[in-house]
Amino acid sequence: MTTADHYRWQRFTPRERLARFAVFLGFAVALAASMRTVEVIPEFLYDAPTQVLDLFKRMWPIEYSYYPEGVHHALVETLHIASLGTLLAIVMAIPVGILGASNIVRVPALNWLAKLILVSSRSVNTLVWALLFVAVFGPGALAGTICIAFRSIGFVGKLFAEALEECDPGPIEALTAAGAPWPSVFLKGFWPQAAPAFWGIALFRWDINVRESAVIGLVGAGGIGMVLDTAMNLFHWDRVALVLLSIFSVVIIAELVVTNIRKRII
Amino acid sequence: MSGAEAFCRERPFKVNWPVRCAWFAAILYALYAANYLDVSWARFVVGLGNGATFLAEMVPPDFSRWQLLIDNLIETVEIAIIASAFGVLFSLPIGLLAARNLLPSWVTWPARTFIALCRSFHPVIFAILFVKAVGFGPLAGILTLVFASIGFIGKLFAEAIEEISLKPVEALRASGAPFISVIIYAVLPQVLNRFIGFASYQFDANLRNSTMVGIVGAGGIGGTMFAAFQRFDYDFLAAILLSIIGLVMLSEFISIRIKRVFQ
Repeated sequence: MTTADHYRWQRFTPRERLARFAVFLGFAVALAASMRTVEVIPEFLYDAPTQVLDLFKRMWPIEYSYYPEGVHHALVETLHIASLGTLLAIVMAIPVGILGASNIVRVPALNWLAKLILVSSRSVNTLVWALLFVAVFGPGALAGTICIAFRSIGFVGKLFAEALEECDPGPIEALTAAGAPWPSVFLKGFWPQAAPAFWGIALFRWDINVRESAVIGLVGAGGIGMVLDTAMNLFHWDRVALVLLSIFSVVIIAELVVTNIRKRII
Repeated sequence: MSGAEAFCRERPFKVNWPVRCAWFAAILYALYAANYLDVSWARFVVGLGNGATFLAEMVPPDFSRWQLLIDNLIETVEIAIIASAFGVLFSLPIGLLAARNLLPSWVTWPARTFIALCRSFHPVIFAILFVKAVGFGPLAGILTLVFASIGFIGKLFAEAIEEISLKPVEALRASGAPFISVIIYAVLPQVLNRFIGFASYQFDANLRNSTMVGIVGAGGIGGTMFAAFQRFDYDFLAAILLSIIGLVMLSEFISIRIKRVFQ
């Protein structure tokens, strides 16, 4: 009868609770330290509402008449950069993904090499990639396309490698047992299992790339970002508003397209 | 007879013509787009030559201005931490308001539009607008990343809430609990673990993006990096890039450890 009093139900062990507490405490301390030392100039904050109001006043009315001469071509260029970059990324990500899948390539050194490629592709931001390739290829759509492709390898390759690693080994063993050569094992054993995931990933990346290719022009890598940059440097805020509106519509349309295709293939 | 039958047997792996046509169309499109964008092999080869000189100038990385580098990295991390904290704080109620299984559509509709607006613009565009609004410096970067976080976590959090089991919610409602109690005792326990996962992922994303917002003047290491680019100071640039990659890898390592604590 008294034993029931001795047992108290607790969800976590003391060690787990301590670890959780340590994480929260660490974050709180880091936050407090950051808030104290970050250099925020309060004078700038006071006139922020005026500035925002001024910004919107300058943006209105939107200069729609500029669309045919200045924006349309750049918008189409942006879409081409995103699509061509995604295609290039697919071509480059498939071999890297295969190298990274530990159930296909059973050499740990190669797996590590693939991981290194994937991580360095992802940890450098798109704009930084764009800066690098503008320095290499000069300003223009070529730099933008290569930048989008290199940035996407990490994303597509990582998820493709994970999809390959989740494949059911049954069909692969059957093919190997029947004496199929390696390309057949991959094409008929792994690929059919990973393909739906792969196309889903590629579509998702295309959607992201449409957003990103809209801004890489700010550093000179082609597309609508260059129009945005010019309009801002000339303080044509009504054109800026037009560019922002067109980016917004294209992004929404791209998202709708991707959602609909995904529903059909998956 | 049986030999002839075996001969006429259907091919086990049929040729999939639609897929072949799709691949062919993709190649045609690539050629057309390359032509449209004026991307050519000759330009690519010239670029490779430039790339070689570029890489040669980056080696060896110049760490002699490490004081500046450290200061900038600290500012970058500070931007990421503050932005994540406020982004998470704001996206909790907004995600809740956007969950269609708990609230009527006149509440969810504005919340969903706001989240979609936050998501559809790239952080750089927000950064430009905020630099105009609050001036150069880390504050603009913080505001940018707060909005980016709301767009990402808010959406995922709303989706997570829409997937919960409604039985505890019904039970609490049936016993007459007020709305706040329903949220605290029936909804949050089911989604809080996933929420912590989203938050740690977003912190990683914020750290990556806070290295970039400086390009348009919103604080952090991006400003120094952009200046190094424009001054062709490529060996210092290499040092900056290496430290950014190191920082991102360190944060990924820490977030893996943190996720293990919360599993």
